[in-house]
Amino acid sequence: MQKHSMISDPARRRLLGAGAALSGLALAGCATGPAAGPSIGRVVVVGGGFGGATAARYLRMWGGNVDVTLVERNTEFVSCPISNLVLGGHKQMADVTRGYNGLKAIGVKVVQGEVTAIDAAGRKVRLAGGGEIAYDRLIVSPGVDFMLDQVGGLQAALDSGRVTHSWKAGPQTVALRRQLEAMPDGGVFAMSIPRVPYRCPPGPYERACMVASYLKTAKPKSKVLVLDANPEIQSKKALFERAFQQHYAGIIEYRANAELKEVAGNVAKLEFEDVRADVLNVIPPQRAGDLARTAGLVNVNNRWAGVDWLTLESTAVKGVHVLGDTTFSAPAMPKSGHMANQHAKVAAAAIVQLLKGEAVNPTPVVMNTCYSFVTARDVVHVASVHQYDAKDKTFKTVPGSGGVSAAANQLEGRYALSWADNIWDDMLA
Amino acid sequence: MHDKVRSAARVAALAGVMALATAAQAQTPPAPHTHLARNLAATCANCHGTNGNARGDMKPLAGLPADKLVATMADYKAGNLPATIMHQIAKGYTDEQIKLIAGYFAAQQPRK
Repeated sequence: MQKHSMISDPARRRLLGAGAALSGLALAGCATGPAAGPSIGRVVVVGGGFGGATAARYLRMWGGNVDVTLVERNTEFVSCPISNLVLGGHKQMADVTRGYNGLKAIGVKVVQGEVTAIDAAGRKVRLAGGGEIAYDRLIVSPGVDFMLDQVGGLQAALDSGRVTHSWKAGPQTVALRRQLEAMPDGGVFAMSIPRVPYRCPPGPYERACMVASYLKTAKPKSKVLVLDANPEIQSKKALFERAFQQHYAGIIEYRANAELKEVAGNVAKLEFEDVRADVLNVIPPQRAGDLARTAGLVNVNNRWAGVDWLTLESTAVKGVHVLGDTTFSAPAMPKSGHMANQHAKVAAAAIVQLLKGEAVNPTPVVMNTCYSFVTARDVVHVASVHQYDAKDKTFKTVPGSGGVSAAANQLEGRYALSWADNIWDDMLA
Repeated sequence: MHDKVRSAARVAALAGVMALATAAQAQTPPAPHTHLARNLAATCANCHGTNGNARGDMKPLAGLPADKLVATMADYKAGNLPATIMHQIAKGYTDEQIKLIAGYFAAQQPRK
């Protein structure tokens, strides 16, 4: 791939012209937006999750006449948040699935497809199957992909379907639920948690609670074995410990410093012991999404994409903005859907200003709220607020702000479900 | 098509203006960015709905009088209102930011 700096401006304009022609062909037949007047620019968004979908929607809301194309490989959005309730049998897949029609209705061109390469010099993306779409600004929000080579046998175990990750909601969620339904009473469900950082810090512990809530009623002689590579529970520790004790004593067994080394059949091999499981769920170690890697956006620890937090523009490739889990997180900033949504709004606001040649907001704020179910109705939260620090050029949590629930409670159970409805609307309407 | 060259020139000119503004900053605080209120209010939308039009059990903020929201947030900060989470979130925003947020939501049309 050519580097941006090697191309002169006139050359880039010629390439842009060529790309626009190609994109016109690729997108012929797509609905056009309701906007009037000349477009202020073309933004392509790759990835229709919490980051990308929110960015597409807010670009249309805030940008006036911005030409927005969202490229997403799936036909529908399936939410990771709330999907642990599907594993517990408390929600169905339909409850965590939403379509992209709301985005289409406000003039976002939604292209089902996969971006295989980014030509940052030519300012266009290439699609699997050969099409190209030109952009003035590109947003990449690919989520995480897995470092499967770090656990021996994991790739083959996942390929065979015997082991699930279920760390991207969808068919993997359904597969794990089916395995739990088929597990005999008295069976062992074992789950492995990778070292931080990974997507959704409290998610694995919520999953343990949700699986245990199902087994407690349906298969009460069964066990949930939590194998955590970390030295302790990574989020809402005291609250999860209380939940394990209060609701799932004799069912959940938590083991710290239990890093998974290898998977062989239904055996999880740790450093000093082998654990046999009837159902084995491995949350693999994670890194920036594949597209971020192939596009040269990964420039921190060979694992994450560094960004300028005022604009979410990549620190590696000009004109490309990176959102969500794939970014190298600011201090104490979680990898969460909520945070990706917040990234998206900072980026959307900045991109509109940049397209207009205006100054970006120098004092952005982002915040995070994460609700976790410990029973079908009782919920605990963690919240944080992050203000931009101009001196250190990063987001920092505000001292004295944020925190966790005093105790699990049903009021927050209702808030958690309303949170989901509102954030899904905020990204997809 | 968008004129990249002119746009780049405008950015450069703006950068110059911003450098001057930084030099003058010691005397007078800079005016808030044009869209600061909107951008700050958008950080609330995940729970309270886009432009404050919330669904379900979350409190709608669209059309709420600004002084009421400012007073409520001050009460959350001070611990004078029962809360599950808002006392923790309120403390993350400055009083000036809360005023801007309140002004933005007050001007939004509540969804019928």
